[in-house]
Order: sequence, then C-alpha cells, then structure tokens
Amino acid sequence: MRLGVFGSWAAVLALGTCLSLPASLSQAQAQAQAQAKRLVIGVSQYPTNFHPLFDAHVTRSYINGMTRRPLTTYNADWKLICMLCVELPDLGKGTAEDVITPSGKEGRALTYRIDPQARWGDGVPITSKDVLFTWEIGRRNETGVTNFELFRRIEDVRIVDDKTFTLVVDERTCEYQGMNDLEILPAHIEAEAASDPANYRNRSLYERDTTNKGLWAGPYLVKSTQPGASVLLERNPQWWGRSPEFDEIEIRAVENTAALMANLLSGDIDMIAGEVGLTLDQALSFEERAKDRFTFVYTPGLIYEHIDLNLDNPVLQDVRVRRALLHAIDREALSQRLFAGRQPPAHGNVNPQDEVFFQDVPRYAYDPERAKALLGEAGFRPGPGGVRQNGDGEPLRLEFLTTAGNKTRELVQQVLQSMWSQVGIQVQLRAEPPRVFFGETLNKRSFQAMAMFAWISSPRNIPWTTLHSSMIPSEANGWGGQNYPGYASAEMDEILDRLKFECEPARNQALWNRLQTLYAQDLPALPLYFRSNADILPPWLKGLRPTGHMEPSTLWVEEWSRQDG
Amino acid sequence: MVAGMTGFLVRRLVQSLVMLVLLSFVIFWLMALMPGDPIDLLMATNPDVTSADAARLKALAGLDRPIWERYLDWAGAALSGNFGYSRLYSIPVLDVILPRLGATLILLGISTALALAIAIPVGVMAARRPHGLFDYVVNLGCFAGISVPPFWLGILLILLFAVTLGWLPAGGMGRPDMPLGQRAVYLILPILTLTLLSVGGFTRFLRAAMLEALRQDHIRTARAKGLSEARIAWDHALRNALLPLITVLGLSFGGLFSGALITETVFAFPGMGKLIYDAILASDYNLAMLSLMLATLVTLAGNFLADLAYVAIDPRVSYSDGADA
Repeated sequence: MRLGVFGSWAAVLALGTCLSLPASLSQAQAQAQAQAKRLVIGVSQYPTNFHPLFDAHVTRSYINGMTRRPLTTYNADWKLICMLCVELPDLGKGTAEDVITPSGKEGRALTYRIDPQARWGDGVPITSKDVLFTWEIGRRNETGVTNFELFRRIEDVRIVDDKTFTLVVDERTCEYQGMNDLEILPAHIEAEAASDPANYRNRSLYERDTTNKGLWAGPYLVKSTQPGASVLLERNPQWWGRSPEFDEIEIRAVENTAALMANLLSGDIDMIAGEVGLTLDQALSFEERAKDRFTFVYTPGLIYEHIDLNLDNPVLQDVRVRRALLHAIDREALSQRLFAGRQPPAHGNVNPQDEVFFQDVPRYAYDPERAKALLGEAGFRPGPGGVRQNGDGEPLRLEFLTTAGNKTRELVQQVLQSMWSQVGIQVQLRAEPPRVFFGETLNKRSFQAMAMFAWISSPRNIPWTTLHSSMIPSEANGWGGQNYPGYASAEMDEILDRLKFECEPARNQALWNRLQTLYAQDLPALPLYFRSNADILPPWLKGLRPTGHMEPSTLWVEEWSRQDG
Repeated sequence: MVAGMTGFLVRRLVQSLVMLVLLSFVIFWLMALMPGDPIDLLMATNPDVTSADAARLKALAGLDRPIWERYLDWAGAALSGNFGYSRLYSIPVLDVILPRLGATLILLGISTALALAIAIPVGVMAARRPHGLFDYVVNLGCFAGISVPPFWLGILLILLFAVTLGWLPAGGMGRPDMPLGQRAVYLILPILTLTLLSVGGFTRFLRAAMLEALRQDHIRTARAKGLSEARIAWDHALRNALLPLITVLGLSFGGLFSGALITETVFAFPGMGKLIYDAILASDYNLAMLSLMLATLVTLAGNFLADLAYVAIDPRVSYSDGADA
C-alpha cells in the first residue's frame, strides 16, 4: 500500500511534468511569433528606482535612454548635441550671454528652445514650466537630489515662452552649453508629490505609479514592472521622432552572469547590454564558445582603471620609484593576455577618444632595465632574496590593495605582483570588500601604498576633485575630496583652476596638454587601461552603436532595427 | 494540565518577545557598524559627486545621528505599525516585501513540501532495508544533494533543460500578462533545485531516526505479535522517528520566509533572500529590519509549533510543572 502511495506520488510528478511540457512548447511557439516585434535585453542589475534625479544607477540610465530624452548629451562621436532642445546656446549667436547673477556673481544666461513637437507620453507638451518646476524642486536642499551641485549652480530660470527658457548659471565656464544632467520632470504629474519636498522622493509617481504615461517622453513608455525581475516597455504613440522598430522591449535582470549567458544561449533573451552586462573577461570567454551565434562588440570606454599611489608613503614620494613601478609592468602584455587586446593601455587619465587627448603625452614603455636603473638611483640596491633594499637595509616592500570579489582585479594584482618582483619590488596583495575599500580606506587615505580601482567620468571632464590640492581628504576638511594620493602641485592647481575658464581653443588645448604631461611626469597614479564594454548582440540586430562614455546607447534606440538574413 | 499548558504558552510568549527586541537592536547596531555606505561608494567612484553632496545626502537619510537615536525612532514607528519607506526603492517597505514574500513562500513552500513528500517514504524504505542496494543508492543520492553547491546545480539544470533541451525557460518569472499555467513553468527549475538540495538532508535525518526507532523494544513486541513489517514501519516506528524531523522543520521554518539567495539569483526569481541581501548592502535599515524581524518571528513561531507538535505526537511529552520541551 505504501509503495502504492509512493507510486502515486511518482505518477503525480510525472504527470505534472508531462502537462507542463506542451505548455512550455506552445509558449515557445507563441513567443517565436511575438519575438519578431519584441526585443528582450539581458542586464546584470535591476534598477532600484526610476526617478531620474535620485541616486545614480547604470540600469536606470539604460532604461531611461529609451523612455526619456535629456536636454543635451554626448553622442557616439563624443560630440555634445541637443536632444530635447533645438540648438545649443552659443555666445556667438546671442543665445548665451554673460550676465551678473541674482547673487552678484559673474555668470552666464543660457537660452534653450525645447523641440516644438516634444510632449510627454500622455500627450501634454513639454514646456518651459516643466523646466522651472524641475529646478524649483531640485534646488531645495530637503528634496535630496543626488546632483545638487547642478541645481545650486543654476541661480535662476526665466521663462521666455512655452518652449523657450533661459538658465542663469553662476560661472562663465568653457563647457557652458551642456546640461546633460538636467533631467526635466513633468510638472502636471509630479506637482502634487513635490508639494512636500522632504518626502518628495517617497511620494513621486516615478516610484508609486511607474507606468503612468505622463512620466515618460521617449520612443517607449514603461508598460509594466516586475520589481527585481524585469521592466517591459511599449511603443510610445506620442513619440515625435523616428518610429522605433520594436513594439515592445523587455529589460530582464539576471544578476548571476553565468545564468545571464545561459539565458542568451537558450533564447530567453536576445542580447546582453554592454553598459550593464558581462565583464570583459567573461565576454571574451563566452565569445570563444558562441562567436558563431552572436555578434560581439567591444567598445573602450571612460572607466579609467588605475592604481592610486599614497604619496604620504616615504618610498613613493620619490618620483623615480613611481616611474620605475610603471616601467616595470608590461601593460601591453596584460592587455593581450588577459583582455585579448580589447583594453589597450592608458597613458594618462584622459581617454584617447576624448578630443582634448594629448597625442604626445609622455609614455612609459615596458622597460624593466630602466626600472631597475631608476630604483638604483633612488637608493634601492639589490638585496637578499631578490628584493631591493635601501641604505638602512629596509626592503622595498609595498602593499597593493583592491576591491575583493572582483576576479579581474584580483588576477591583475597577481600579474603585476609578478612583474614587480622581477625588478626587486616585493608586493603584498590585499583585497577589501567595496564598502570598506571605498567607505573607509580610500576615503581616509589609509592604504599603505597602492590602491587599484576605477574612476567614472565624462568627455572633457576636468579632474579637479582628483588632482587639486584642496581636494585631499583630511580630518580638517571632514574627509572631503577625492585626491586620494595626496597629490599637491602648484602648477597642476593653477592648470585646473584655469581650465574651466580659459575658453580660447588653442590656449585651452595647451592647458589640457600640460595637464596630461604633468600627470604623466609626476605620476600620482599609475594608469592601467580604460575598461571596455562588451555588447553581445544577435546577428539580426543592426544600428546599435555603443557610445564608449556614460551616456547609454539606448538614447538612439529608434535607430535599432531587425534585419534577418 | 490546562494550567501547565497555559503557563508554558505565557512563558514562551514572553521569551519570544524578549528575543525579538534583543535581536532587533543587535541587527540594527550591526548594520550601523558596517563600514562605508552607498553614498560613500557613489562619491568614491564618481568625481562629480562632491563631499558636500555626500554630507547632505547622509544628513537627509539621518545617517549622521547616533545609532541608539536612530534605533529608537525606528522601534517607535514600527510599534505603531509604521515601517517606513525603503531607502533603496523609495516606496513603503511593506509594498516591497509582500510581493517578494509571496514569491518566496511559493518557491520554498512547494520545494519543502516536495522534499518531505520524497524524503519520508524514501527514508522509511531505506531504513527498513539498511545496507541493502536501495539504501546505498539513497545514501549516495543524499550525499550528492547535501554536497552539491546551489549555484552549480542551478546552472547545470538551466544548461540541461533550457539551453540543451529547450524544454523550460532559463529563469525569470514570466510576464505579468501570461496565463497562470505558462507562468507556472518558470517555477519548475528553481523548485527542482531547492527540492534536490534539501531532500538529501531530510532523507538522511529520517533514515537515522527510523533506524533508532526500529530498534526499540515495542517494535520487537509488535513483530512478535505478527504485524507486517510495513505496518510496523509506518504505523509504529515512523511516529517516533518524526519527532527529530519536526525539530529540524521547526528550526528551518524561518527559512521559508528568508528565502534562498543563491537560487533566487541564479534563476532571476526575486524573493526574500535577495531582498534581505540587497537591503543590508544598501544600508536600507527599514527594509532590512522588517525583513529580518519577519524571519526571526517566523523562526520563533516555527519552534513553538514544533513544541506543540511534540505534545500531539508523543503523549509522553508534557509542559506541566514548568517543564519545557
């Protein structure tokens, strides 16, 4: 009888399996038809919120690229362009003029005209009142927007007409035209929630009613969300630009990258986004198995992987030691062997694709003999066990720290350790969880010698907070600033102070050239490479153009198309 | 008897409340002691975020106040039923937890029930013929289930059923507009994974308890009276063998509410495990506290129910005269 009971359990399980199979098969058939009009994109993180002004999340930015339009942005050629506006303000055309701001500063008035056809997903036109509303809510301290500095700089917003407005900013900088981070909000939808600025974030309809059409103004609207799992977008009938190819786009989050790849292989997703998908080494490994089925697009980007050197360390205060460290590592070999040449070495903190990149920046070729000579000049002679030592017999020993759990970084650590040992530098490896690394160690400059991590930036980004001497975190300034090496150079300070305001192109470029030269000469950090993103696409998807910077490729989703065969 | 039981209930209630309060403070304090914060992370990797921005954001989130002050604020609000907003998702904490809780209960409830449904008959049969071929095969399967890492098993099942055979979806929850039957297909692989991971432990446990029970004197008497082996096993021995299994189930009851982090991540099936993990990493106090308190409460309740079950199953167990199980 018990066997009968057991047998009946087995029968139930078998029956359930059999019943589910036709369901899954017919589902696959239905999906095959639907897939012609739907694109499923795999990402490795789900956005934690949808409001464009709070926090910074790559997946949210990726989705917003399809559902919103910024006022201005950098395109795939790294040129500043208008998206929501018609024309960039220009001093020569009178749409930008120098003024005295309400607070008495020397500022500038920038006039933008919104695209006449631009409207929210519910059909309400996007107007200057939306800009004014956004500025009023963003500049309130209690609202808690992440990029408060942007709103603080805008001292006034003047409405010229429904589609034309003027921003009065408190500085006369060279990069005055771009307002990439000014994400305009729909006043007619958000006004009620914004009436309580302190609680606006929790009351905003971006979180409470994400599928409200009036929140969005891109080729797509948010149709539905499954928190933690997926976001489904549908074609926006109010979209005024080129009609996108797909009726629906689903962004599906699979945080385990092995499972993400399996989803792609099984056909459950069509592509993996480069901005928030696999790491380069994962993509390279996957390409070996699946290069016949997918198109792999590698784009070097603006994420600057480097090693900050703590200049409080007496050993590292000697620039010869810093130069020796760079000469001793074969970054080209590192790129070839670990990254199949997809992440070429960096020679400074400015990306080669950036128009201010200096071609003649001093470069450090792999030259272990030169490294040994420099170390010798710095007073470190070969010692016992192959480790160099100074005149007091102290070994040349440096600690090399990075974030734990990042396999690529841990591998790079080991490779570099081996290379440095060849020239007599003993390197001890250490890794800390990101929270400790960024929250305590870097912040308080308590790393002993070297710390490897990455900076995210934008085109023509002036590295003021990372190189200016006033930005060295200390107890005196409440640990503010990001100049973790503790680099202090009067000349660099002057360059950084002048760069914002020296707008004559030749003189501006001369400053950029000198900045990059000084950086390469003084080496407060060892440049490694600019990380590449890997987009893994189906062969039938055309028109996707990765940007290489922080603006997502989805800002041009209407150019994507399906071309079978 | 009634007075004894009442006393037992009151004692356990008081103990549970004290435990909850203590744990709530310990969890809050430990979270507050964690170095770094998502705001620090943001500032450290994005030069456009200034230290003034970071200080302002921390002040707005109340992170610049003493731990005990923040804890009392949270506790006071929680006692009045206000669990606050999630810092991570910017919506009320309950709105975040309830859908995830539902998903977790489905996943873990079904897999636990399936695991028990398999473990009990298999464990009994293995114990009835110890060291036989069936017993060896069962033991091998159990050790495999106990030893295999969840992420490996999950990926393996995806590769087999989704990639190679194409029978099942690789993960996710299905779209909201799908019929229920089609969405149920998405449950198969995660439930199979969780079942395979837990059935081994339950089976081994029950087998050991059955072997012990079958050695008792009353079983020898039952055999002497001519009862069949099957009846002896199922009607007499199993009841005694269930007691240790109930203990284990009571302790793992909380797991039904705290999710399975790795399985949820591999199958992109967002449940409580992933939620608690993300909440702690993001220092989302409101979300982490309610989630962990829920798991603690359910664990305490599970233990309590296990104690009551002892009385139901074993008439020798009594809670009178201050005795606790």
